[in-house]
Amino acid sequence: MSDISTSLREFIKENFLYGAEQAYSDDDSFMENGIVDSTGVLELIMHLETSYGISIEDTELVPENLDSISNLKRFIESKSKSATIAETA
Amino acid sequence: MQLQSFLEESARTHPDKTAIVCGNRSLTYEALEQAANRLAHGLIARGVQRGDRVAIYMDNCIETVVSMFAVLKADAVFLIINASTKEEKLAYILNNCRAQALIAPAKQWNRMENLSDRTPHLKTVVVKGMPGSAVESISDVALEVESRNDVDSLVISYDRLIAQNADRDDPPPQSAIDLDLASLIYTSGSTGEPKGVMLTHRNMTAAAASVIEYLQISEDDVTLSVLPLAFGYGLYQVLMGIRQRATVVLERSFAFPHAVLKRMVEHQATCFPMVPTIAAILLQTDVSPYDLSSLRQITNAGAALPVDHVRQFRELLPWVDLVSMYGQTECKRVCYLEPEQIDVRPDSVGKAMPNTEAYIVDETGNRVKPGQIGELVVRGANVMQGYWELPEATERSLRPGPVPGERVLHTGDLFRMDDQGYLYFVSRRDDIIKSRGEKVSPREVENALCEHPAIAEAVVIGRPDEMLGEAIQAIVTLSGDKRPAEKEILRHCATRLEDFMIPHAVDIIDELPKTGNGKVDKKKLKEQYRGEVASG
Repeated sequence: MSDISTSLREFIKENFLYGAEQAYSDDDSFMENGIVDSTGVLELIMHLETSYGISIEDTELVPENLDSISNLKRFIESKSKSATIAETA
Repeated sequence: MQLQSFLEESARTHPDKTAIVCGNRSLTYEALEQAANRLAHGLIARGVQRGDRVAIYMDNCIETVVSMFAVLKADAVFLIINASTKEEKLAYILNNCRAQALIAPAKQWNRMENLSDRTPHLKTVVVKGMPGSAVESISDVALEVESRNDVDSLVISYDRLIAQNADRDDPPPQSAIDLDLASLIYTSGSTGEPKGVMLTHRNMTAAAASVIEYLQISEDDVTLSVLPLAFGYGLYQVLMGIRQRATVVLERSFAFPHAVLKRMVEHQATCFPMVPTIAAILLQTDVSPYDLSSLRQITNAGAALPVDHVRQFRELLPWVDLVSMYGQTECKRVCYLEPEQIDVRPDSVGKAMPNTEAYIVDETGNRVKPGQIGELVVRGANVMQGYWELPEATERSLRPGPVPGERVLHTGDLFRMDDQGYLYFVSRRDDIIKSRGEKVSPREVENALCEHPAIAEAVVIGRPDEMLGEAIQAIVTLSGDKRPAEKEILRHCATRLEDFMIPHAVDIIDELPKTGNGKVDKKKLKEQYRGEVASG
């Protein structure tokens, strides 16, 4: 599911880098590298909820889930999986 | 007394106590003192002399704290530059104060390829996190060879500089006195160029002592701070904590409120300093899963907390003292409202803090009666020495006081006082915008906008905003037929301005309203945008 990374990168580029190219790795922290700032996190959360159809608990709003491309990808995948299980159960 | 004595004294009496925590790393007072001494010797060996300016371009991390004390111990002057500052402004600040040394993360330094060509005064760049600089891998012999070669090169690794001085655990001999400058704090001015606020050791120790007295910070306190160390309010959390042998937990930001709340519980935080934007986010966050019973005090500064938020806060955390405060970088702090008064006068910022006097004057400099509006004037040992190499701006702010030779601070902020002596902020006299608790110079943003080839004129105003205090609204006219997208304009701004200065919205219009003498009518624009908010 590498296309999650690609589309996340596209979203970040359009919304936080205003369309500019900036090189960063999948494991780079958005915060430490000035890619997404504190108000940007709220937009990011809304994007995850609308584009990936997942609902995020308050307690899940932590850097381990949201502060890099890898963390986001892992988080989205685990959320989608648990949603599928809930539906089929 | 000098500022670094805060650390030296605490390291002597409480060597094993935790001084600073950041992420999963922490330093005891002894370890912090040791690291600062080693780095100080390293800086001196690299040519840093008494009075030299040393810039620290890093975010909230342990190295920033070590560095600021190391600079002081080297008899030099530290300035902390926000890590989100762009290259252009960084170069401006480094050249403005002719910084002799810079301490920065290797990654950022490497990204700014041409910076060293543009900053001729810079003699040493200490980089943190340079690959292959692991302390363990350097033998003594290699160190000796390297230390000879290093003298000639501009860049040296932070870890290596500390390792080279590993046997120098005592502070270097000091010649600076408390009338010497300890720090420069750059702040936005109405001219658009940042101004360096000059603070002596005496200014800063006096300010710290007053604030400690009224907040009653003690060694039992654990302060959790998300405020940038480049910001006076953030910096003093560390200075005061260290003087009082408390523990300071540093976080990089409040971007993840739940992560911060978790840390509060984990470290049993007792004090939490905030700005109104943080308050607005907290009020929208479910804090019920967190045991915040250790929290005894929350302070607010940077901008006024809306009265409604004060009330909500009191309901949310009724056992916590909420302290409303007002200050300026130019004097650190002016006044505070005793927590017992917060429900009685939630819109007041209280009375002058200990050892400081605050009064209100009219345009001719005479004190006004209670209820009348005038400019707030501050007297005290905390008042700055002026703006770095800006005699005119300094003269406007610092004017003769009651004691011969004394200078008092004219804040540029309009206040009124009630008949019981409580102070109320009314507005700023210039058009500085306060967004997220940070000062934004409209001129600085306008200058950046006008550098865009398609933009003819630009005006920037503050628009009331629940979350930000004020949102930054740009209104521009175009010079040709090319109509850039809003995103393109914002991208252009993002390469020049720090995050908090980037406009939240850009409107392109045909013509700006002008006053009779041809100047842009900002007042009219502000009214228009305020009206829009009220109706929308």
